[in-house]
Amino acid sequence: MARHPLARLETVALVAIGGFAGANLRFLVAGFLPETVTVLVVNVVGSFLLGFLVYEARYTGIVDPTARVVFTTGVLSSLTTYSTFALQAALAARPLGVAAVVTGNYGLGFAGVLVGRTVAAAVRNRRARA
Amino acid sequence: MIGLGPAHLVGIGGAVGAVARHAVYLRLASDPDDGLPLSTLAVNVAGSFVLGLVAFAGAGESAMQFLGIGVCGSFTTFSSFSVETVRLWEASERRLALVSAAGNLVCALSAIGLARLVATALF
Repeated sequence: MARHPLARLETVALVAIGGFAGANLRFLVAGFLPETVTVLVVNVVGSFLLGFLVYEARYTGIVDPTARVVFTTGVLSSLTTYSTFALQAALAARPLGVAAVVTGNYGLGFAGVLVGRTVAAAVRNRRARA
Repeated sequence: MIGLGPAHLVGIGGAVGAVARHAVYLRLASDPDDGLPLSTLAVNVAGSFVLGLVAFAGAGESAMQFLGIGVCGSFTTFSSFSVETVRLWEASERRLALVSAAGNLVCALSAIGLARLVATALF
């Protein structure tokens, strides 16, 4: 797929702006909550929202492709983080702490994706009836 | 970095991390419905290694905000990982879904362990 260089540059600029916003949003949440809870919350919320957008694209495709890039690659992928999660798991004081960090992020993160899928399916059904 | 507030350090780091991740995805692009998502594994393992280095090197607050929370935090991603893993499971690629879930964790933790060794040797 040949794209105009300016179009590619625009995508990069949008990803950068989304990354600025996503990282700051995560940093903002960290101001209110303990570190492990912050990572859990952003990862679960981000998984839910990305799950919704990905399945929405498959089911209906209402969201504009450019807006999708800003939200998915920019904001959501930067809001959520794997490195801090992994460091928390590595530094957890007890084996029980490691298990809590891993099962919490994995379990609730996957559940978030499934809830996002359910919401996307509900949107599709509403539109089909309308 | 002196003179920049925490929100700017985190934000600029976040922008750098997101663009770098985007570049990795363009190079390692794979069909989302076929095979293990290697680009996500690559950014998560590399980002965890660098975050481990920053943390074990005893970086100051500003460096942690820029490199740790900003660059590494945005370069690595949990949402792409979770959506790709669920979609592998749905596509009846259960073995690959398990490899993705366990592979990201084991490789990221190993990278952090390696970062600890490197940081201890260097700093």
